Amino acid sequence: MSEAIIKIKDVNKWFGDFQVLKNINLEVIQKQKIVVCGPSGSGKSTLIRCINRLEEHQEGNIIVDGNELTEDTKDIEKIRAEVGMVFQQFNLFPHLSILDNCTLAPIWVKKMPKKQAEELAMNQLKQVQIQDQANKFPGQLSGGQQQRCAIARALCMQPKIMLFDEPTSALDPEMIKEVLDAMVNLAKQGMTMIVVTHEMGFAKEVADEVIFMDEGMIVEKANTKEFFANPKSDRTKLFLSQIL
Amino acid sequence: MNKLNFLKPDKDNLTTYLYSGAFLFLIAILDVFLGSFFEINITSFLPSFISSILPFILGVVGLHLIRIEFSGIHNLDLLNKKINTNNFNAVLTLLIIFIIIKSIPPIMNWFILDANIAGDSKEACTGTGACWTYIKIWLRRFVYGMYPNELQWRINISFFLLIALACVGLIPSEKLKKLLTLYYVIIYPIIAFILIYYLISGGAFGLEWVETGAWGGLSLTFIVSFFCLIFCFPVGMFLALGRRSQLPTVRYISIGFIEFWRGVPLITVLFMSSVMFPMFLPEDFFMDKLVRVIIAISLFEAAYVAEVIRGGLQALPRGQYDAAKSLGMGYWKMHIFVILPQALKLVIPGIANTFLALVKDTPLIFVVGLLELVGMLNLAKTNPKWLGFAMEGYVFAAIIFWIICYAMSKYSYNLELKYKTER
Repeated sequence: MSEAIIKIKDVNKWFGDFQVLKNINLEVIQKQKIVVCGPSGSGKSTLIRCINRLEEHQEGNIIVDGNELTEDTKDIEKIRAEVGMVFQQFNLFPHLSILDNCTLAPIWVKKMPKKQAEELAMNQLKQVQIQDQANKFPGQLSGGQQQRCAIARALCMQPKIMLFDEPTSALDPEMIKEVLDAMVNLAKQGMTMIVVTHEMGFAKEVADEVIFMDEGMIVEKANTKEFFANPKSDRTKLFLSQIL
Repeated sequence: MNKLNFLKPDKDNLTTYLYSGAFLFLIAILDVFLGSFFEINITSFLPSFISSILPFILGVVGLHLIRIEFSGIHNLDLLNKKINTNNFNAVLTLLIIFIIIKSIPPIMNWFILDANIAGDSKEACTGTGACWTYIKIWLRRFVYGMYPNELQWRINISFFLLIALACVGLIPSEKLKKLLTLYYVIIYPIIAFILIYYLISGGAFGLEWVETGAWGGLSLTFIVSFFCLIFCFPVGMFLALGRRSQLPTVRYISIGFIEFWRGVPLITVLFMSSVMFPMFLPEDFFMDKLVRVIIAISLFEAAYVAEVIRGGLQALPRGQYDAAKSLGMGYWKMHIFVILPQALKLVIPGIANTFLALVKDTPLIFVVGLLELVGMLNLAKTNPKWLGFAMEGYVFAAIIFWIICYAMSKYSYNLELKYKTER
């Protein structure tokens, strides 16, 4: 078994007095796809935001690709550059064209020559099938197209890990599929992925492991088949009965 | 023909209502017009009270008669919808029309018909209107201050060059476009400083030295405004960023700075800059009065700019910061490429507001003895040979300031349109 690329050990986190993460332990090995589900407010988003340190944890260790995330991590930008993230609200840069959204970070963070960055970007946009929209602005695209662009933008940094924070929750139902297709595609190419989502169909198709979180704790963690066929805790059963 | 009901005009007798209404309305306008422009009262046979309110009555009745819904005549419907929806609206409309008609003749008389511009002394002004002779004779002083007449070409040339250099941005070239920001933010101000320092101030290259105390008038207004605008913007931007910084030292220094400058009146700041400030400097250190004033106003306005920009920064959704960070951008890259371009776009109206206020604050530099346009006016109006023309002077200054400010506000509006993005 290969070495874990993400190691989360005994992580606790508080927002003020409220504990959002309680004793989280998780290891993700390369090329593994993990789906995190659970009711809202259960801390799933906070967990994956901790992995690229958009949120800081107060206790425990998070080690990403051999670098521990602490307050003194000097090169947090370098670690973030290796961890792509896709958000619920897309968060494209509205003042830049789709192409510029994708080339901005490769050019300025990775110091890639502009031509090469544009080639790479067009390639990624092609993968998610919005290469025709490259010169438009985010405001001119549909939600599904924007989210696919956000995926392409993250991939342009050629990350080792991709985090998805409810990527389809803000979309119209008919646009969910196009985004999920892009994600399935990515999964097939062997990307390491952690996906927070309520799309159980996607979980069944892609995930190696499913994690169920509630009230800041990991309640259940099992391989996908096991998780759906034979959930152990009552809380998981209840959740699944409501969502499926 | 259907029965006419003048209380309730309807479509059946459209033309009758329309013509009678329009006739009454025009009579009302004509009455006011003749009274105002030619002092003829066509209703003088009536008692004076009735005669004076008659146009109102005629106008309201007239507008009432033409208020026919869905008349089918496009312009009439438009008129009714915009300015004649009910009797109250009709009265307001009439009131505004009458006020405009009434106020044109006196204004025209003062500005043009009874005004004088010929001659070169106070005695030439014989009319009851404005004495533009005064402005004409003093124009040089109003524009150049006490700058020696024979050297004024230096001001003209430097302003001409500055305007020409400002037009570089109009050259359509893809290659140049990238350098434009750099040019306007850094190179242009440096060129402007060098031009003004060597050409207007002189003292080198065989040019006679003209001390800043002699500068004045409109040209000084421009110089002070120009440099203050250029300096206060970047300072304000850094203060705004500083106020939101995670580093406590930077944050508290920024807050302290902003709150200090916002808390004191500009006039005290100017006094301090000229009276108190030199006391803290070493004896042999000399800083020109004008430079001190420009620094003082810049810092003062920077505090306001900072708060305006902070408003823009706060209006951006947190997701923009998250996205930039998640792509591996550090603080400066995130702000330069993602945050500031969007935030500054949002605050264009606020910045324009602050800049307009700045331009209109420049007359306050009279407290340190620098006389820009308004300062020169105040000086000229106390000249024994030209007493009694304060009005003309202030109207002149108002018009000049209005033109400057209107141009700036138009420009900012254009910028807004240019950088409008869909979210």
